Amino acid sequence: MVHLRLEGITKRFGSFVANDSISLEVQSGEIHAILGENGAGKTTLMNVLSGLYQPDSGQIHLEGVPVHLTSANDAIQHGIGMIHQHFMLVPQLSVAENIVLGTEFGLRLNLRQKMEQVRSMSNRYRLQVDPSAIVGDLSVGMQQRVEILKVLYRGARVLILDEPTAVLTPLEVESLFIILRQLAAAGHTILFISHKLDELLNLCDKVTVLRQGQVVETLPIQSVTKEILAQLMVGRKVLFSLDKGIPNPGSTILDVQNLYVKDDRHLPAIEGVTFQLRTGEILGIAGVDGNGQRELADAIAGLRSVAEGKICLEGIDITEWSVRQRIQQLHIGYIPEDRQRIGLVMNLSIAKNLILKAFKQLPFCKNWLLQDSIIDAHAIHAIKQFDVRAIDEQVSVSNLSGGNQQKVILARELSGHPKLIIAMQPCRGLDVGATEYVQKQLLIERQRGAAILYISTELEEVMTMSDRIAVMYRGQFMDILDAAHATIETVGVLMMGEKVSKVLDTIPATTST
Amino acid sequence: MKTNQVSNAFLPFLAPMLAIVAALIVGAFLIALTGVNPLHAYTILFRESLANYYGIGNTLTKMAPLLLTASGVLVGLRAGQLNIGGEGQIHMGGLGAALVGLYVHGLPMWIHIPLALIGGFLLGAIWGGIAGYLKAFRGVNEVITTLLLNYIALNIISYLVQRPMIEPGAASPFTPIISDSAKLPILMPGGLAHAGIFIGLIATMVLGWLFRRSPLGYQIEVVGQNPTAARYAGMSVSRTIMFVMALAGGLAGLAGAGEVMGLKHRLFETISPGYGYEAVAIALLSRGSFTGVIFTSLFFGALRSGANVLQREAGIPFTIVYAIQGLTVLFIAISLAVESNLLHRVSLRMNRLKPAGVKL
Repeated sequence: MVHLRLEGITKRFGSFVANDSISLEVQSGEIHAILGENGAGKTTLMNVLSGLYQPDSGQIHLEGVPVHLTSANDAIQHGIGMIHQHFMLVPQLSVAENIVLGTEFGLRLNLRQKMEQVRSMSNRYRLQVDPSAIVGDLSVGMQQRVEILKVLYRGARVLILDEPTAVLTPLEVESLFIILRQLAAAGHTILFISHKLDELLNLCDKVTVLRQGQVVETLPIQSVTKEILAQLMVGRKVLFSLDKGIPNPGSTILDVQNLYVKDDRHLPAIEGVTFQLRTGEILGIAGVDGNGQRELADAIAGLRSVAEGKICLEGIDITEWSVRQRIQQLHIGYIPEDRQRIGLVMNLSIAKNLILKAFKQLPFCKNWLLQDSIIDAHAIHAIKQFDVRAIDEQVSVSNLSGGNQQKVILARELSGHPKLIIAMQPCRGLDVGATEYVQKQLLIERQRGAAILYISTELEEVMTMSDRIAVMYRGQFMDILDAAHATIETVGVLMMGEKVSKVLDTIPATTST
Repeated sequence: MKTNQVSNAFLPFLAPMLAIVAALIVGAFLIALTGVNPLHAYTILFRESLANYYGIGNTLTKMAPLLLTASGVLVGLRAGQLNIGGEGQIHMGGLGAALVGLYVHGLPMWIHIPLALIGGFLLGAIWGGIAGYLKAFRGVNEVITTLLLNYIALNIISYLVQRPMIEPGAASPFTPIISDSAKLPILMPGGLAHAGIFIGLIATMVLGWLFRRSPLGYQIEVVGQNPTAARYAGMSVSRTIMFVMALAGGLAGLAGAGEVMGLKHRLFETISPGYGYEAVAIALLSRGSFTGVIFTSLFFGALRSGANVLQREAGIPFTIVYAIQGLTVLFIAISLAVESNLLHRVSLRMNRLKPAGVKL
């Protein structure tokens, strides 16, 4: 039975067509993937489906009945529930309170009864959570379960998940998939938005590929491969195996000894990390978000003070150096984890963002004046070199797409041939094409002889890019593995904080350095 | 894209204009309620503020402190600081100028005037700097500290002019008249307008230039728009904030100095009839533009100077003019909301156009 049918959905923003007569059919109990690059129209389509946008033309049919969704509330009344990438939960409240939030308008709230209701529901769907637990204390994976329970509680039969795996560990992803399969088996229809191809192939029944607001094709999952999907999505062939070239590591350039760093709440974030990084080498740092990666990158860049230990660059102890000193006297490129919040000033132009770290230095500043013509010329050159897609150098970076924003950061951080590059989640939120671009640039830098610290929570990304892989867990390096011998399983286990030796019998044997 | 750039350049002026027109139209109804022909009232308002000798003089007199203080508030806004302590800073600046004007003797004018201005600037800068220090190094919200520092400043002045600095035998609490060598020259013979307006215009233009061309302006801009990025780029956010707040206070201090040296020639409790608060409105309405501050200050100054005559000649209560002022603020706030909505759509379109038109 066709559960959900979209017929010629078109949504325009001004003259731009975000969704161009999209038609789609989803069967009951089907897990249907919506695949597309950033800006392909996935999010717009989902917002139309969840009632946040009204389409300019086209019709949504639910079980054969045409419906008009005027708001998110209206959508949920019709049984369409959206699970956002960023959870919409109140961390201070309990699970049950979060689930019933906004559904009760009486004067009395029988919380005990609600808790029972939630408990029986979570048993029914085999979504184990403690209804009385405080949401803020739960792991990210558990919070996601709460989100799912929330829409189920409201009677959703169609579940839309927007990049649900972005924040999960490999194990949590597995358990999410089990849950989704169960829900589908119970007759729920699931729309799964992602750009991670492996996951789609693993989970979904059908996939619809969007490109530039249009449906490229809808295919059963059996008939596609990763390569086919990538090609449909990008519109050209994509190489998955990066040609890394032969590693040619030279002398040690960065030497971190027994480092201890505290986080913003003055709790220990890094506890005794020691490693060396050589020129022409990429050291990948894998780990679940929040295990000290941020603090490590910040400490090396000088943004966070070191409690104990030593950081040496080219034999010079820079532990106590200020950020400005490091920027002016050392060649360190730092691609920060959040380009919009940390790396860029969104309302300033590309040209002004490119001089963020060098605005007081020649040639950009001479005789106490900013040299506009030199700044602009520099920007024009950088835009060309890094293939930033923008009308001109005076466009504010807020008008650029994520990939182009990241290119602006690359242009700034890679200029002047840094000896050390700290890349913190450099491909987060980028589509396939842009990811490929960023990774290629970093590999070029490595070939040139730069030492690169590549920090990412995406395990596969670390695996492809690195020469050696350090796994971080609770502020410590569990191990540093040689990338040639490391497997997803070994690293995955280390990411959970287990020593490999303990689980060797359950995991195929691997070598570690 | 070209039309976008044109409209982007044009919008900042269009919206306040429309808001002012709307405020005058609604104001017309209020005037009509008092039984006066609105057209007649507006004619007086215009003539007595911008179209005759004394009117212009009056307007410039009111505009000078507004311009300086609002420029200070705007500098703060650029760094992300909302300084509502203009009133206190004006008074402290007045005190600084009065101290130099009263107790330093025997200097030629060309030394005494700058010295008194520096005195005003310094005390204002200290007053703004206190709030800046508390914000930058102690994390205390600047809105609260600047507001509270207003009361401290006013009470200090109140004490000083009642006790140690009072003119012997004075009828009310005020200081003696400052030395002639510390008085600002009068611009228009027979009128009130003094050289303070030049100080204001010069300061505003220097600031505009500072933000356009200098690395310091760039740094303030970055700190204001994204302190995290500023820190990441090695800028000292706390020192920038402290500096900006001191500069803002100094500019308001100059306004106070101008009042003492150009207009009142002595210090007393209320040398500022709320310029400090009005400046906040002016700065907010000028939306980041120093040119905008000049025109908005002129408008507010004109309203103030016209209001007196309006009451005298047409019998329209003073408060009606204040209502028009309030309406202007209200309408500009509305136009800002409408416009940001509009700009948001434009930028959304521009943003989406690129990745769609030329694929990555």
